[in-house]
Amino acid sequence: MVNKQTVSFTLNGADVDVVVEPRELLIHTLRERLQHTGPHIGCETSHCGACTVDLNGMSVKSCTVLTVQCQDAKVLTVEGFEQGGALHALQEGFTQEHGLQCGFCTPGMITRAYRLLQENPSPSEEEIRYWMAGNLCRCTGYQNIVKAVQYAANKMSLPRTGT
Amino acid sequence: MIPREFEYHAPKSISDALGLLERFGDEAKLLAGGHSLLPMMKLRFAQPGHLIDLGRIGELRGIREEGGVLRIGAMTTENEIIWSKLLQDKCPLLVEGARLIADPQVRYKGTIGGDISHGDPGNDHPALMLVLGATFVLKGSSGERVVPSDGFFVGSYTTLLEPGEIMTEIRIPVPAPNSGHCYSKLKRKIGDFATAAAAVMVRMKGESVQDVAIALTNAGACAMRARAAEDSLRGNAINDASIAEAARLAMSICDPAADQRGDVEYKIAMSGEMTRRALRTARARARH
Amino acid sequence: MTATTESLERETKLQGLGSSRLRKEDARFIRGKGTYVDDIKLPGMLFGAMVRSPYAHARIKSIDKAKALAVPGVVAVLVADDLKPVKLHWMPTIGGDVQAVLADKKVCFQMQEVAMVIARDRYCAADGADAVEVDYEELPAIVDPHKAMAPDAPIIREDIAGKDEVGHGKRTHPNHIFTWEAGDKQGTDAAFANAAVTVREEILNPRVHPCPLETCGCVASFDKITGQLTVYMTSQAPHLVRTVVAMLSGIPESKIRIISGDIGGGFGNKVPIYPGYVIAIVASIVTGVPIKWIESRIDNISTTGFARDYHGIGELAADKDGRIKALRFVALADHGAFNSHVSATKLPAGLFSICTGSYDIPKAHCRVDAVFTNKAPGGVAYRCSLRVTEAVYLIERMIDVLAQKLGIDKAEIRARNFIKADKFPYTTSLGWTMDSGNYHAALDKVLKAVDYAGLRREQAEKRAKGELMGIGISTFTEIVGAGPTKVCDILGIGLFDSCDIRVNPTGSAIARLGTMSQGQGHATTYAQIIATELGLPSDEIQIEEGDTDKAPYGAGTWGSRSTPVGGAAAALAARKIRAKAQKIAAHLLEVGEGDLEWEVDRFKVRGNPGHAKTMKEIAMAAHTSNLPQGMEQGLDATEYYDPPNLTYPFGAYVCVVDIDRFTGETKVRRFYALDDCGTRINPMIIEGQIHGGLTEAFAVAFGQAIPFDENGNHLGNSFMDYFLPTAVETPHWETDHTVTPSPHHPIGAKGVAESPHVGGIPCFSNAVVDAFAHLGVTHMDMPHTAFRVWQQCKALGINTR
Repeated sequence: MVNKQTVSFTLNGADVDVVVEPRELLIHTLRERLQHTGPHIGCETSHCGACTVDLNGMSVKSCTVLTVQCQDAKVLTVEGFEQGGALHALQEGFTQEHGLQCGFCTPGMITRAYRLLQENPSPSEEEIRYWMAGNLCRCTGYQNIVKAVQYAANKMSLPRTGT
Repeated sequence: MIPREFEYHAPKSISDALGLLERFGDEAKLLAGGHSLLPMMKLRFAQPGHLIDLGRIGELRGIREEGGVLRIGAMTTENEIIWSKLLQDKCPLLVEGARLIADPQVRYKGTIGGDISHGDPGNDHPALMLVLGATFVLKGSSGERVVPSDGFFVGSYTTLLEPGEIMTEIRIPVPAPNSGHCYSKLKRKIGDFATAAAAVMVRMKGESVQDVAIALTNAGACAMRARAAEDSLRGNAINDASIAEAARLAMSICDPAADQRGDVEYKIAMSGEMTRRALRTARARARH
Repeated sequence: MTATTESLERETKLQGLGSSRLRKEDARFIRGKGTYVDDIKLPGMLFGAMVRSPYAHARIKSIDKAKALAVPGVVAVLVADDLKPVKLHWMPTIGGDVQAVLADKKVCFQMQEVAMVIARDRYCAADGADAVEVDYEELPAIVDPHKAMAPDAPIIREDIAGKDEVGHGKRTHPNHIFTWEAGDKQGTDAAFANAAVTVREEILNPRVHPCPLETCGCVASFDKITGQLTVYMTSQAPHLVRTVVAMLSGIPESKIRIISGDIGGGFGNKVPIYPGYVIAIVASIVTGVPIKWIESRIDNISTTGFARDYHGIGELAADKDGRIKALRFVALADHGAFNSHVSATKLPAGLFSICTGSYDIPKAHCRVDAVFTNKAPGGVAYRCSLRVTEAVYLIERMIDVLAQKLGIDKAEIRARNFIKADKFPYTTSLGWTMDSGNYHAALDKVLKAVDYAGLRREQAEKRAKGELMGIGISTFTEIVGAGPTKVCDILGIGLFDSCDIRVNPTGSAIARLGTMSQGQGHATTYAQIIATELGLPSDEIQIEEGDTDKAPYGAGTWGSRSTPVGGAAAALAARKIRAKAQKIAAHLLEVGEGDLEWEVDRFKVRGNPGHAKTMKEIAMAAHTSNLPQGMEQGLDATEYYDPPNLTYPFGAYVCVVDIDRFTGETKVRRFYALDDCGTRINPMIIEGQIHGGLTEAFAVAFGQAIPFDENGNHLGNSFMDYFLPTAVETPHWETDHTVTPSPHHPIGAKGVAESPHVGGIPCFSNAVVDAFAHLGVTHMDMPHTAFRVWQQCKALGINTR
């Protein structure tokens, strides 16, 4: 019987504490303990990217991270993108450009695209495809996902009105 | 999908990490980026009783230049390599190589030290290290040693890293500014290991090769320098004929494993083709 | 009646048929609030982990549960013996065979289910599964279907050794399943004997897997007090599952509820009933708590419904002008260890006899011989109707082979053989009555759009320089919308479908259907159909599917049947409502029914346009006392639609590839896809389906395979090897369309989502072969991996500089 550990981190801005075995994967902690079922499990070999979250400013596959590695971490999942009833530009983009069909890869796609745009606000189509290649999709053929990310990039580059 | 039970340790210093390694011996595995080890543990191909996470050790990070040598902390991630202005400027081969590894998410976690010391013949950094003449700083409880990359890679999952040792730093002499570089990697898709790949660094003197280094990925039990191919080029021009001969010599040392990427004949041929392409591109990038 | 600006504005506001309106279902998915089966959590729920056979063929000598039961958190370990008391260790398959739920004395394919460990959570369950000790005695395995019927072949299915048929006619060997044929053998053979030209090729359609991003799984919950069984499931056909579960378990069907919530892709993989579902149901009945079983990706690729594995021989007979006189197709079908294929019961080779394609072929004969091997059971229809991809691949490949033999251009030969537009409805020589088509117009449009002549000129120039450029054409016709119940049933249940619409007093509506979306956008497209029929905004029409307690009976969504069958049911149910509404309107306006005309969203009095009643007003009136004498309140209708025919969407695709002869890599330079699905409900959604189907076709053509070694061990059953392209490999798709409505469908729509997969695969393959055609290559089997294409280059001596 191994020692469980208490791990404290923030999830979409809220403080959380969990008590986990060292072997517990972050994806399971998020989905099973913290009721955040946005990130999904599509494989067990760290390929598909459906489990992608934003961890300390990095897009990571939460199926390949131990929760015990997340002490004091800042975790973002798709559930945290809508703020005050307003959708994030990426969420809007995916809807406007028909960037999703079954929706299973979508949380991972949006979360990954979020970090992509933070690091590269004005990516070309080729760059979007290259920097999103860690997220697999079976339904859309990626073409509209590219357009969704471009939509968001355009919207986020517009000067903001008001304060 | 679920690893077996293990104990987890997150030392804050190298000496703490070494202490843990000594204490738990071969029951312990070092956790760097985790994207080679954790997938193996999830399939239960690896079942260590103790994981020693190097992720909280600040001394293992950082990229800097000191006296003509690039010093890269072993826990530097592929993503940090890609975005490093210093490396883009002074060692573009490393950046090109890192961009061809895995996929964006894996690159935020995968480390250069982990990629080098894991010993998987499919990993890309070993060949890059060989052509860059890198040395590795290995720390054990009895002290520190610096070993050349040449000879470090012994066989499949076998390197000169001793049990009880941690790779702490990678040192690369800054390549001459007029060097040409290329890492040419053939793969089935983004995220796949190389079907075959060749790394080349070349310096020209006029039309002749002053010096050249060629190394192959996934063409044998570990990364290999193609020395006969290098010898055939030194002092000569890089043209169709000399490239063809260098590729032939590179192919002659290949001993790849057949798998879903291709049979032995194909993989050897592709090692040759990647060598050709890397030589051509490196030559084009070299300045006189 | 001319449309005024004002009426057009009203029509646009409805966002009905033809509108590229945004999807209604997106709201939850972009927030991560979908409800997929692994999201379901019920109080007391336990988790099931499967123990699977490492061997492809072996006897089970013993199973020791002791160590597993000692793992903390493990509650039970189920093996075949535990299912015997309820007679569920075997289950009948849709294919007329039986399948082991848990291996009983022997295993017949690698990773076959041997035991299920039930535990407190998935971590303990995994530890428990690891601790089950099974003692096997390995047996020789059959991997090559050509060897299955050898006289000395090991017998795979001892359980049916005594049976001389398993649902589809006489078996000639213990490893034989059935032989099926269609067409005029004598006439065809005679045509071949007399033909000016014949061509023959051996053509493989490799075993592949639909691989949706979400794997299969369920949460089974049996309530001991009420006797009610609820199963949350990733099922494309929840009603069929409910009926089969009732038959298997003895629980009355009225006490069984199957709920398919959100499904992360199906593509045919989620139609069958898998052993994991049955064991979870039994475990829940036994323990009285909910049991969750979610398979891993490796489980999914290795054991659930595979597709294809057809080893074909194609033959065409023609005159010297390339006019096809006869077609002869034979296929050896590898069904794996159990025949659990998903097909209409009367059609064991599915719709394979659509293999005459878009062409007017006077004589045809086809035969399929199906055998058992030591591989996973199946097959399913991967984004197609069963066996249609196999059929279309054969004919589209063979017509290229014929073109090459005769030196006739590959577009020209198709044009010469097309069924002409004015010949529809056209009955093929294999008995299908194709509803409508205009193949010449489609092909002409595509050839012009890509400047086909220019491409052929470019190809000639490149060939002169030793470069490999290929142009692939595919002019396919699909057959979807199974189907007329006389021909199409599953275990006797006809493949009709249904729609139940209720309009409420304030003028919005809810419609429930027997189909099941896995991403196709039904919540939007069905609402659009109904919006146009009823004159109510699609935003206010709620669509529900997937809960068998609520939705009327239907056969689910597979084989592109939702629009042809479900969509028809929706339109006709809406028309029933509109008919009643017309009566109410006449009553309210104090005119005769015949004095009214329908315009967009209202009934207007002819000659007195100011006098009108909108559907919304009628909806309120329908719930009041102000109704015609003798009319009941309410404004709802149910339609069970038995389609008079299947539908035949078609397309013309052109693909341009450049092949690197030194590495074998193929670059898809251009792909132009013109699809005709009749009436187009939502162009934006159609385009998305085309992108997705073409990407899956690309994956099949260029990399997907499920390889085995000679002992039946998997060689590539994870995402390490199974080819799912990323955004980098996936080409850019250009889409186009023509519109040739289906004459028998209420709104003229045919369905489209599978066409790009069925039509795309031969297009890619044709392009690759075309790149080598000038060097005498007539056929190359898929997948066209760099390795395999390089081998072709090497065989031609062109792989070196």
